[in-house]
Amino acid sequence: MAEMTMIEAIRSALRLEMERDERVIVMGEDVGQLGGVFRATDGLRQFFGPSRVVDTPLAESVIAGSALGLALTGLVPVIEIQFLGFAQNAYHQICQQLARSRYRTRGAQPAQITVRAPFGGNVRTPEFHSDSMESQFAQNTGLKIVMPASAPDAKGLLLQSIRDPDPVLFLEPLRGYRMISGEVPDGDYTVPFGALRTVREGSDVTLVAWSGSVPVAAEAAELLDAKGVSAHVVDLRTLVPLDEAGLVAALERTGRCVVVHEAPATAGFGAEVVALLQEQAFYSLEAPLRRVAAPDSHYPLPGVERDFVPGAGLVVRAALETLEA
Amino acid sequence: MSETGDPLEWYRRMQRLRRFEARAAALVESGEIVGAVHEYTGEEAVAVGVCAALREDDIITSTHRGHGHILAKGGEPRRMFAELLGRESGYNRGRGGSMHIADFSRGIYGANGIVGAGAPMACGAAHAFRTRAEDRVAVPFFGDGAMNQGVLLESFNLAVLLSLPVVFVCENNGIAITSSTEEMTPGGVAPRAAGFGLPSRSVDGMDVRAVHEAATTAVRRARAGGGPSFIECRTVRYSVHNIAAGALPRESRSEAFMEAARRRDPIERLAGELDRERGWRQGERTEIDENVEGELDAAVEFARAGRRPDAKTALDFMYAATYPDFPARGWEP
Repeated sequence: MAEMTMIEAIRSALRLEMERDERVIVMGEDVGQLGGVFRATDGLRQFFGPSRVVDTPLAESVIAGSALGLALTGLVPVIEIQFLGFAQNAYHQICQQLARSRYRTRGAQPAQITVRAPFGGNVRTPEFHSDSMESQFAQNTGLKIVMPASAPDAKGLLLQSIRDPDPVLFLEPLRGYRMISGEVPDGDYTVPFGALRTVREGSDVTLVAWSGSVPVAAEAAELLDAKGVSAHVVDLRTLVPLDEAGLVAALERTGRCVVVHEAPATAGFGAEVVALLQEQAFYSLEAPLRRVAAPDSHYPLPGVERDFVPGAGLVVRAALETLEA
Repeated sequence: MSETGDPLEWYRRMQRLRRFEARAAALVESGEIVGAVHEYTGEEAVAVGVCAALREDDIITSTHRGHGHILAKGGEPRRMFAELLGRESGYNRGRGGSMHIADFSRGIYGANGIVGAGAPMACGAAHAFRTRAEDRVAVPFFGDGAMNQGVLLESFNLAVLLSLPVVFVCENNGIAITSSTEEMTPGGVAPRAAGFGLPSRSVDGMDVRAVHEAATTAVRRARAGGGPSFIECRTVRYSVHNIAAGALPRESRSEAFMEAARRRDPIERLAGELDRERGWRQGERTEIDENVEGELDAAVEFARAGRRPDAKTALDFMYAATYPDFPARGWEP
């Protein structure tokens, strides 16, 4: 065990896997010489050389598309999209080429590719640098969506992603890169997909979150505790595959639920979560299901972003309302 | 399909492409192929000339008008017809259709329904070859329309800066559905590629010898570590953009233009040369044609005999089955 920040955990996973599996190749903008704008790939080029740690032009579409060509010839690419907002330039390649390769060819051409991208707000950077777009990608079946919220999960889920035989969108909370840290197991360590993590046990209301919203939900749970309300907090870890049974069980502990995310409310992944709970656990509900999300607006300039990204206060209010219902 | 400099073999391959498309058109007409097909007819010298310069372990990516490339790289007609007819015995087991046929074992990384979308895949494959010190080459085929797609231009740039073993082959048939290349691609096709630092040539794409010669030079360069290059093949598609049962084909080119194009026909041109050079025996042409017809008739019968996919399998192969209860979500037939 060693205390690490999320970014250190990600870097250690990349290095470990590149040492273990010589098929692994890292590509992206500024990943080599600079080691990535957030230093996720720092030092990799010195260890593994420029043909395995490839600096690319600022051209997301060819980065993603060439990853498919690499995978089809037997390599295991891990590509970095500098900010998730830039992935829209590669949306076609990721969602219609990578994600469909296995299905289209009935298993003959799987695409073992990891697409890493940081995202999320409250880091003083506007629009595309902060956008949360997980639900846009979640409609593209064939893609798995992995969103760690802790340092050990950052390592364990990244190693699992690189080894997964399907294309994985691995989304890293920008705000957590250096603010979130924890004890990370040494050596090889994987966390399975589709198994949510219980962050905190509770009995009155269930808070569901993922990625950068998990600390927000945890903070809300502390505030609720002070008001005598016991919150049960779960971290979904992976949106695709989704731990449906775990979600239902988490709801059934309290009969009340608030889903928290940073993406705008309309058609956000919270809508999927509440629809699923309504379908599968309707008779366990004690109150209407609630979503706490960003407004249906564009990510603003830094001066007002704290009003845009849902904070613990809004979560507390929604949780208390479910208790009044 | 193996590398060959034999004009008789080129003839046989071109004829296979043309007669394949004639059958595909008939199957659309009869309603057996449901949906659209983009015929390759007229452009045979490009696919055959280029693929005859490739080894079996080289790879290609193809286009929406892809039957020709797939056949020329060794794709099996019977599994192609089966795919067009949506049968389990098809290349993609009846789930890919005309625009997504792929045969990994023959280096066919797939037709592609999106213009220009195969080029980045070819770059990735080429980078993998380089990383593993293999002397294999990647050839993305694309049309003139792709010259205005960002991802193709991104691919040119990446290939040049990483010095990848890629031979970009542009089939310039002069027209998109109705808009002309001249109008839509200011500066011209080959000069645009040259602007990226790609060694760039423009050849008569109705002349299989010219195409093969240009491809051989470019492939040799790429194989020897000399980096990517670009070949524009000026050609003509004889058919309308696509055909589909009940669709109204609309030809925007003049009858005079089409007649002039047919006088440049790549198959007749090569046959004429073989006649003049005494390149084949008396009656050999007929023999080859009959062989091709027989092979393709059998292929269609094979395809017709296949069964259609069961709707219960609609979610199979969405993901590798590594998790219990995953992936089937949302629909039970």
